[in-house]
Amino acid sequence: MTARIIRVAGSLVEAAPLHGALYELAFVGTRRLLGEIIKQRGDVCTLQVYESTTGLAVGEPVEHTGVSLTAQLGPGLLGAVLDGIGRPLERVAEATGDFIAPGARADTLDAEQQWAFTATRAVGDPVEPGDELGTVVERAITHRVLVPPGVHGVIAAIDSGTYTVTTPIGALTDGTTLRLAHRWPVRIPRPVAERFASSRPFVTGQRVFDLFFPVAEGGSAAVPGGFGTGKTIIEQSLAKFSEADVVVYVGCGERGNEMTDVLTEFPLLVDPRTGRPVMDRAVLIVNTSNMPVAAREASIYMGVTIAEYFRDQGNRVALMIDSTSRWAEALREMAARQQEMPGEEGYPTYLASRLGQFFERAGRVRPLGAPTREGAVTIIGAISPPGGDFSEPVTQAALRVTGSMWALDAALAHQRHYPAVDWESSFSLYADQVAPWFTTHGGEHWSAVRADLLALLQKERELRDIASLVGPDALEDHDHLVMDIAAMVREVVLRQNAYHPHDAISSPPQTYALAHAALEAFRDGERALASGTAFAELDLAPTRRALAAQRDGVTP
Amino acid sequence: MSPRLDVTHHGAAAAGGPLLFLERTRAVSLGEWVVVRQTGIADRRGQVIDAGEHATVVQLLDDTVGLAPDRAEIILTGEVATTVVGRELLGRAFDGHGAPVDGLPAPIGEALRPIDGAPINPVRRARPRDFIETGISAIDAMNTLVRGQKLPIFSGPGLPGLEIAARIVEWARAPRHEPFAVVFAAVGITARETRDFLDRVRASGALPRTVLYLNQASHPAVERLHAPRLALTAAEHLAYECGLHVLVVIADMTHYCEALREIATAREEIPGRRGYPGYMYTDLASLYERAGIIQGKPGSITQIPILTMPDDDVTHPIPDLTGYITEGQIVLSRELHRRGVTPPIDVLPSLSRLMSGGIGEGRTRPEHREWSDQLYASYARGREARSMAAIVGESGLPAGDRRALAFAEAFEQTFINQSGRRTIDETFAAGWTLLHTLPSDDLTRLSAATLAATLAAHEASR
Repeated sequence: MTARIIRVAGSLVEAAPLHGALYELAFVGTRRLLGEIIKQRGDVCTLQVYESTTGLAVGEPVEHTGVSLTAQLGPGLLGAVLDGIGRPLERVAEATGDFIAPGARADTLDAEQQWAFTATRAVGDPVEPGDELGTVVERAITHRVLVPPGVHGVIAAIDSGTYTVTTPIGALTDGTTLRLAHRWPVRIPRPVAERFASSRPFVTGQRVFDLFFPVAEGGSAAVPGGFGTGKTIIEQSLAKFSEADVVVYVGCGERGNEMTDVLTEFPLLVDPRTGRPVMDRAVLIVNTSNMPVAAREASIYMGVTIAEYFRDQGNRVALMIDSTSRWAEALREMAARQQEMPGEEGYPTYLASRLGQFFERAGRVRPLGAPTREGAVTIIGAISPPGGDFSEPVTQAALRVTGSMWALDAALAHQRHYPAVDWESSFSLYADQVAPWFTTHGGEHWSAVRADLLALLQKERELRDIASLVGPDALEDHDHLVMDIAAMVREVVLRQNAYHPHDAISSPPQTYALAHAALEAFRDGERALASGTAFAELDLAPTRRALAAQRDGVTP
Repeated sequence: MSPRLDVTHHGAAAAGGPLLFLERTRAVSLGEWVVVRQTGIADRRGQVIDAGEHATVVQLLDDTVGLAPDRAEIILTGEVATTVVGRELLGRAFDGHGAPVDGLPAPIGEALRPIDGAPINPVRRARPRDFIETGISAIDAMNTLVRGQKLPIFSGPGLPGLEIAARIVEWARAPRHEPFAVVFAAVGITARETRDFLDRVRASGALPRTVLYLNQASHPAVERLHAPRLALTAAEHLAYECGLHVLVVIADMTHYCEALREIATAREEIPGRRGYPGYMYTDLASLYERAGIIQGKPGSITQIPILTMPDDDVTHPIPDLTGYITEGQIVLSRELHRRGVTPPIDVLPSLSRLMSGGIGEGRTRPEHREWSDQLYASYARGREARSMAAIVGESGLPAGDRRALAFAEAFEQTFINQSGRRTIDETFAAGWTLLHTLPSDDLTRLSAATLAATLAAHEASR
């Protein structure tokens, strides 16, 4: 008996009689929309549908597929622009035009494109999951073609040559076909040989993060901020300028025009370390706010699976999620339609555990197989708390599982101080772990400079509180010096112009030099005061100009 | 969708508020258009919002007074809701259902389009970059509007949000003087507000290029969910098929969200913040995201939704979710309004996210970004000084803060405040005049080159 739709409510569909497995994919309706089974009760299945359900009628057929949502992994991912379920948006546009209509089918990887494969293993070699079979060069990256997880045996045939992603490149003695690409279910973390803590930072090129609130490679950071505080600019700056081999950028429930910005800019921007367009190291996953919510829910899993694939080849991967809150809202929307008992603010009670499981897919690892290599996935998740209130469930759940918080502050954004990172409420649990690396690669007294500057800013806040109660006249000369230097630190060191050709990216040595110079200016001021000079006689303007010139890479 | 004949149900199982519940429906589809017929009263229209074999929920768009669920005939049309679109809509006025209210016959139009629209494929979007000169300094200088942007006005009860939108319609100069049109959706606003807005549009001569969809406060609340969708469907046709640059003004989104909450409550859904449904973000996005430019098509849609912040609270879910979707916001201030600053735009919380693409060399002025950053920074410092002065008195402030305070006063009175239209050159002149009252050491956001150039020009002009 064919399964038929018995209910359609938003992106949720119920079908009966249907006996499927959880997270199994199904074709829904006569237009064969893609859906995923999320609940089974008796012979009624509840599905979330990844495409628009408008016009879907009760009585239309539903057919399950026996497979779950997978990512197609192989050469051809770099520079790709995919929707939440991995369809290239260009291909969707070819099928349905300028507007997205349901029913378009497209594989992630181009089935026609030919790739030159160089075998590094030979017939007769025993292979284990994760072993390198050979290499394919794509743009800036050399793909290692790996034995898929779960596959092992002895190579019966393998040849260097030119292949598409679907044609066999060889086989094992048990008959298993080897190809350039394989599929992996997005909701299951890819297995690794070993996970370990990292002493290497994820170098962002942004002074306030590298100096004050660093993230370890393989760590994770939450970036909460109300609207207009610059979350997206931060995510984009990191995608452009951070030190990563591959960047996976997930635009999850955000603005269409913003993605246009990314799509226009990334091909033109040159990565200073490789001399190639930023787009060459990027994979974009775009599910804007008006695209179906079920696909939005899936998009972050698609993103992290692609990130793990590149990690397994020995790359350092940065995964940007903009925004985690929109994913959580998709989860909430689906839960509400299933009339699940709500937890805090209507979110399902499993919000925190799902979020935890997701962020735990970050990590520095030794992937399976030979040759031995290291790879990392670093996750930077933007969060959009309602009303800018960080006590809400998504922010709080994320803070429990991420190692850094970059709290964005509306007041700073209003002054156009970007990145609008509030140095008081932000934190990093990685600071000590990565301090030795920064000491070697940034500057000798990295930790001391960091501590002194943070103390200076803290002192300034206290003085401001005093001044706002009793007036600035009550402050001593030394207090005035603290306030003026702190203002300079905020203005010159912490503020960074994402649009300035020189200032947009700041290497650890540059960051250190600038921070160190600001601190020296403070010490000079202190010495002058100690030798009897009055604060009113100090002229800090030339110092400030010199620092600004140093920051902007110009001679004063 | 496969064609299907009408299905008529005799009597509904239940009716409550704007909802009608049907039992044992077959082949009903989501979003299907429904006509409810009952002898003695006019036909009512509705839409299937939950389709099920056992129970189907229809949301009625008309009022339900006198509706007897067991006697009514419910006709499921098998079609999703559509509306007539075409160039001949220009100069016409319709109600929130799309029926003419100007005494003229219904338009034949060029096509019938589903009112829910479809998402623009992100890879087919073109980047909005064309500067629209609105003639308002607070916008042109500090929060530049570009074609294809969605930039809402966050108003408050009694603040002139709609007036500013009318002024933009009146004053806006399109780049290259290309053909443009205005589509206005009145959503639950009063007859007086509607009249005032239309009077200004009429006075500006734009009325023949305007399409009006009017759902007023006296009209059924659920129709408010419909009116903006009709307006955007009409606008999409004018923009992407007829090649016009369309400015869509929707007022007031607060009424829209309240109608959304009303429906959600009637359906006994689990409420989110302040009783608004959890899917309000997605629902609002389905409207706001219908702005933009498509590659290879000559037209564009620019949206200016207006909303009223309840109790001037920017963290209320309506402005909050809106701000997360739109490309910035123009925030009005009661304090400025009280002090007679017109338009009372508070530039600090205002933002235009697409500004960078629309300004600079060849668009406005090369130094636009740093110049506006400097105005922002100096004004922000002045505002801080003002709150400090309230405690310690102006004389207790350090010299730099006193300068900043004077700057903030002048900025509000001579830059934000304006009586007539200002060209972008006039706006720049006003801004520089203000900045020149500050010593150059205060101008930390200006590059050395810009600073040198402006000082030289300033000296020369004296």
